[in-house]
Amino acid sequence: MAELTSNPVGKNTPRVDAYEKVTGTAIFTDDLPFGPGLYYGRLVRSPHAHALIKSIDISKALEVPGVKAVVTGQDFDTRIGLYLVDRPVFAKDRVRYVGDPVAGVVATSEDIAEEAAKLVEVEYEELPAVFDPVEAAQPDAPLLHPDLGEYKVANFIFPEPGTNISEHFRLRKGDVEAAWPRCAAIVEDTFRLPHIQHVPLEPHVAVALWEPSNQVTLWTSSQSPFAQRDLIAQSMGIPHGNLRVISPYVGGGFGGKAGVSMEVYAVAMARAVKGHPVKLRMTREEEFIGTTVRQALVAHTKIGCDAEGNLLAMETEYYFSGGAYNDYGVNIVRAAGYSCTGPYYIPNVKGDSYCVYTNMPIGSAMRGFGMPEIHWGIEQIMDQLAEKIGMDPAEFRRRNCVKTGDIILTGMKMPAIDLVACIDKVTKAINWGKKEPPSAPHKKRGKGIAIMWKAPAMPPNPGSSAIVRFNEDATVNVEIGAQELGQGAFTVVAQMAAEVLGVPYEWVRVSAPVDTKYSPYEWQTVASRITWSTGNAVKAAAEDARQQILALVAKHWNEDPANLDIKDGIVISYKSEREQPLKDMVIYGLPNENFEGWKGGPIVGHGKFMPTYVTNLDFETGQGPRAVVHYTVGAQAVDLEVDTETGQVEILKIASAYDVGKAINPDLVLAQIEGGAVHGMSSAFEALKFDERGRPLNPNLVDYRIATAADAPREIHGDIVETPLEDGPWGARGVGEHVMVQTAPAIANAIYNAIGVRFNDLPLSAEKIFMALQ
Amino acid sequence: MGIHSITVTVNGAKERLDVPSNMTLLQMLRDKLGLTGTKNGCSAGECGACTVLVDGEPVNSCLMLAVEADGRQVTTVEGLAHDGQLSALQEAIIEHNAVQCGFCTPGMLISAHALLERAPRPTEQQIREALVGNLCRCTGYLRIIEAVQTAAKKGGA
Repeated sequence: MAELTSNPVGKNTPRVDAYEKVTGTAIFTDDLPFGPGLYYGRLVRSPHAHALIKSIDISKALEVPGVKAVVTGQDFDTRIGLYLVDRPVFAKDRVRYVGDPVAGVVATSEDIAEEAAKLVEVEYEELPAVFDPVEAAQPDAPLLHPDLGEYKVANFIFPEPGTNISEHFRLRKGDVEAAWPRCAAIVEDTFRLPHIQHVPLEPHVAVALWEPSNQVTLWTSSQSPFAQRDLIAQSMGIPHGNLRVISPYVGGGFGGKAGVSMEVYAVAMARAVKGHPVKLRMTREEEFIGTTVRQALVAHTKIGCDAEGNLLAMETEYYFSGGAYNDYGVNIVRAAGYSCTGPYYIPNVKGDSYCVYTNMPIGSAMRGFGMPEIHWGIEQIMDQLAEKIGMDPAEFRRRNCVKTGDIILTGMKMPAIDLVACIDKVTKAINWGKKEPPSAPHKKRGKGIAIMWKAPAMPPNPGSSAIVRFNEDATVNVEIGAQELGQGAFTVVAQMAAEVLGVPYEWVRVSAPVDTKYSPYEWQTVASRITWSTGNAVKAAAEDARQQILALVAKHWNEDPANLDIKDGIVISYKSEREQPLKDMVIYGLPNENFEGWKGGPIVGHGKFMPTYVTNLDFETGQGPRAVVHYTVGAQAVDLEVDTETGQVEILKIASAYDVGKAINPDLVLAQIEGGAVHGMSSAFEALKFDERGRPLNPNLVDYRIATAADAPREIHGDIVETPLEDGPWGARGVGEHVMVQTAPAIANAIYNAIGVRFNDLPLSAEKIFMALQ
Repeated sequence: MGIHSITVTVNGAKERLDVPSNMTLLQMLRDKLGLTGTKNGCSAGECGACTVLVDGEPVNSCLMLAVEADGRQVTTVEGLAHDGQLSALQEAIIEHNAVQCGFCTPGMLISAHALLERAPRPTEQQIREALVGNLCRCTGYLRIIEAVQTAAKKGGA
């Protein structure tokens, strides 16, 4: 029998999902069987970036044998969206990007649906399109959403009707104009990032069944089963209790499977063929252009410091290309606004963050949620300022980075973190300050550093809940609504439950798949919030169960519960040294003396967590007592070589350190650090490309390259810093997204160190670097 | 469209199947045999999630027709463990926490298995080259490379 693990919090327990995943038995949405009654859907997408729909003729498509239904925007008088309800279920009167769905075809096979989709005839009248967010923000730009003022919107998002601006966040602190003359060094520049895509290995897939009784079930690969239930129920007029979302393992999300993207189309098509499940799966091309992308950004940023290297002022404008629909993207832009300085204490700040409609794919959540985008420019300017005043860039960061108790840009007091410790760890790991020789005469070697911060970006009150229940043999089922995306959520909640209950880790099972009919509520598996928020709920549920057990046994023994404990599945008394195995009492209870009745019963613990302290921010200044729940901070340093003959960059080593509060499972934290470093590295070389009419040029894995096993650095060094978070379980805070936020600017700073050239625009293509060297 | 009767050995078991001319090996495995461990990530031979062994060689099953498998031996991820006993490679992947979302894992295991069959003591460079067609967005690859090295030390695939 395998070894049992007591008190697993802080230990490297094996992943609960690993066996299934290495044997091919882990079930993903596309693996579920639905029998011969299953139909397939295909979407008809717009070939134009911006056009009015004059007419849609579905008659030829309906004549194809095997076609069961064709639905269009005329069938739905409704919109959908998380923070800003701006997206029609199918484009109704106009299309706003190349790929905008105008119709859905349902047939008995994917091939038939594909063939019929080509026969849907749509007459368009093309409109002027706009692709650049700065141009789109101008008053005379073509307007994408004339009805913007009528859309329902969250009370912390501020669209500007009559323009393409779907959100404008303002940050005003101190007096920047008065501060500039006091600066000894000022750097002002413009930085650009292209659209990139998440590229999960599993493309989006959804299966919907609308039963004649109007019960609706959606099987979906989703980070957000409950948010999908909420948004689709509202949009399609389904009572929440009649809509069930079941979500098996997710084959990579990275934010792309947060909220609702293509899933609503599966439900809309299923309504037309009641009683038959309809499967809709994205091709890789659709994954690139028809789900969501990371927003492009144009950042104009100016930062100044005094001669001693103290930051004095920052002024910045962020123009995010939100794409055709900004239902989720508006909150990325808000997050970029209230965190606009990056992880620095700056006394005078003027920040404007704009989400702008453009005729591009839908910008939405992606790992880092606005932070990789803004850190790209900030972290390069910090290096330039350090150079101007003659200070080491790591020392410049130690001096200026946020510290515990600082009153940060929004007026909030910085919760406990130790960013200086992170800087110290990565500089040590990379041999900072030591110039090392390149491997060949035509190569140049350099090192760079970058630091980061990120807060969970979400509404003020997203909730988590959990249930812990015992089985007859004292094994435990933990029920949560949070999702396993690969980050290890199921493993850490099992560790937490075992720790509190005093049972071995191996006794805990996590009830899966997530099913909104049975799983307790969870807002979404996003924002690196699960270890913290769901963790708190699981801890509370386990403590509830533990209290029930201890109260029962204390009564049975006529002792004080305070003298009892649970060790390895046995209740023990430190006073009387008596023992009571859990397996004999957690379901059946305990008998009274002489079996004159029984007490207790099945042990079920409930727990919940919701932050209650986040406040709204002032509309004009972005000031408020508590902008966010907390920040996670970290540092990365990169050692690389540039081949001067080809412009190619080889990353030799990435050192990362993050303050996670408490590593519930240290090796899983390191696994995030390593995977994130390569994701961040890859993102520096990625770009979705479009022609002058907004048509995608590289929506496939050959022309849009992501890092392969050949590209991964020779070494990734990870360090964990543990400054406990006040309201984190065992002090833990999240780290899943942070691990890639500053990788691109760390690489850019290292390239500058190697060849003395700065690049303001991503991607860092070999061609661009080679040309700069000529 | 023609229907063809083929005989193919899958994970050691001989199967007789009627398959349409345009059915891919991937579709045959998933839809005809219920072997859903093999994943579809792109349908274009670009991601490696559908990698299986055909007569011991790794192939993208999305690019091979089912009829081409007639008379041949196919091994999928479901065929790597025997009687519940994981292969050295599967155990090493677990030991190194070299799995996250798990969607690339079946194809990755198959490519690594094929490598260890032909080169029991591969260099790090050989491992990187053998896995270059299997994309992974979660792990950053290093743990997978280390797992292959561990399996090699323990005596192979």
